[in-house]
Amino acid sequence: MKKTIPFLCAMLFVVLFVNFAGTAFAADVPVPDKGDTAWMIVATLLVALMTIPGLALFYGGLVRTKNMLSVLMQVFTVFSLCMVLWVVYGYSLAFTEGNAFFGGFSKILLSGVTVDSVAATFSKGVVIPEFVYIFFQATFAAITPALILGAFAERMKFSAVLAFITLWFTFAYLPMAHMVWFWAGPDAYTDADAATKAGAIAGFLFQKGAIDFAGGTVVHINAAIAGLIGAFMVGKRVGYGRESMAPHSLTMTMIGASLLWVGWFGFNAGSNLEATGLAALAFGNTMTATAAAALSWMFTEWVLKGKPSMLGAASGAVAGLVAITPACGWVGIGGALVIGLAAGVVCLWGVNGLKRLLGADDALDVFGVHGVGGILGALLTGIFANPDLGGGGVYDYVANQVADYSTSAQMISQLWGVGTTVIWSGLVSIIAYKLVDMVIGLRVSEDEEREGLDTTSHGESAYKY
Amino acid sequence: MKFVTAIIKPYKLNEVREALTSIGVQGVTVTEVKGFGRQKGHTEIYRGAEYVIEFLPKIKIEAAIPSDLLEQVVAAIKKAAQTGQIGDGKIFVFDLEQVMRIRTGETGSDAI
Repeated sequence: MKKTIPFLCAMLFVVLFVNFAGTAFAADVPVPDKGDTAWMIVATLLVALMTIPGLALFYGGLVRTKNMLSVLMQVFTVFSLCMVLWVVYGYSLAFTEGNAFFGGFSKILLSGVTVDSVAATFSKGVVIPEFVYIFFQATFAAITPALILGAFAERMKFSAVLAFITLWFTFAYLPMAHMVWFWAGPDAYTDADAATKAGAIAGFLFQKGAIDFAGGTVVHINAAIAGLIGAFMVGKRVGYGRESMAPHSLTMTMIGASLLWVGWFGFNAGSNLEATGLAALAFGNTMTATAAAALSWMFTEWVLKGKPSMLGAASGAVAGLVAITPACGWVGIGGALVIGLAAGVVCLWGVNGLKRLLGADDALDVFGVHGVGGILGALLTGIFANPDLGGGGVYDYVANQVADYSTSAQMISQLWGVGTTVIWSGLVSIIAYKLVDMVIGLRVSEDEEREGLDTTSHGESAYKY
Repeated sequence: MKFVTAIIKPYKLNEVREALTSIGVQGVTVTEVKGFGRQKGHTEIYRGAEYVIEFLPKIKIEAAIPSDLLEQVVAAIKKAAQTGQIGDGKIFVFDLEQVMRIRTGETGSDAI
């Protein structure tokens, strides 16, 4: 009995101490919320669904029967390739501290990342597991190069595709993601001095104040420029402008466009990184702009060409998705409606007047939809993020409130974003295509192209009659 | 015996089949075909690109019939397949030398 009392006292002390220490520890190191984590796992799966099979079917339906499998294979393989590259060095180069353009090598092969590692969100004291963040970002890194494939579809060598994508992923995607998205996280912005220090390690365009909620610059403009340059450098398809190159299955294209639409909620609302009201706003903006763009493309086409087409409605929806991507967490529903309506009309011009003006055989209109829609969205974000126009404004993490909004200053930031992406992606693309052309050669032979890539490149055919 | 080949609009197939069975035609063979005549092709628009579809989808119906049924068959196909628009198709009639039912070995009009 005598011994038991001191023992109990000691036990009580230990329990209390651990308890207090635990409380103090929890206050310093935020723990991920299960709701946020669950939402982000779902969002990651939705973005994966956009590429496989969404984008693959959207693009696949638009090519001729003889090239169906080549498109499916290119999308499927590029998705797999970029996932592996992301784990090996991509995440580290994009999302660790380095200079304003590239990250560092500290997380090569995800070294040091454990189940307890956390990544910042956009709220102070709120984190998500780093593994979720890594693979959420991985799906972005995989769909972006896959978007390019539509521009040079039906004629490029499979080996050249893989070589080009590896180069472009490394030297265009990773630095763009770092420039736009890498920052120290909101908790670093405790006061003005800390904010200056934190700001100095952020990516180049983050420092310029360019806002891009879900990747209008990093994903869409970036990929579209690579596609346009590819259409020029790979050259036109044999028979372009003389033979019919009509889509072989708009049914597949409609299924693909719908999967893109659904998956895009992971892309846009998931980019909020938390399951909050802002995620719901991004969700609503995505729904609104996409529906508006599908209608505006369809009605414009109906007036100008006489018939409202399925391909027009599907293309309009994708144009709306692209345009709302940078804006979805910054603008209000009214802004989303205007952005969507504008995207449908402007991107229809992108695949008609502008396409003829450019003269390149951008086979599946990557530039007309993703480039034009991406630039339009990036610029309109600067206008409709204004709280006077129903937008949310830009949050000041030092003052902990929404900052005063200057449309002109924000437009300059947005132009920095667009201009940097166009020039960076353009230069990397030109060099990468040139290198691949010298080492491997970009195109298949004319006979192989006429016979179709399915049998000549892959030894299979998509359909058995 | 006669052999009748008709090229018709695809959506007229059912009406033509009903017309032929109602006058006692025992069997037909149907093939999906493509071709062009005076109708030429038509234009399809995919985003910015307009393509002239030169070969239009048609249905080819073939039937072997007794000679005395010929006028009725031709009239029935004409009536069922006609819309009055360009592209309604054509009917070709041939003399048929021989027919054999493979199962029984019957020949001539017994085999039709």
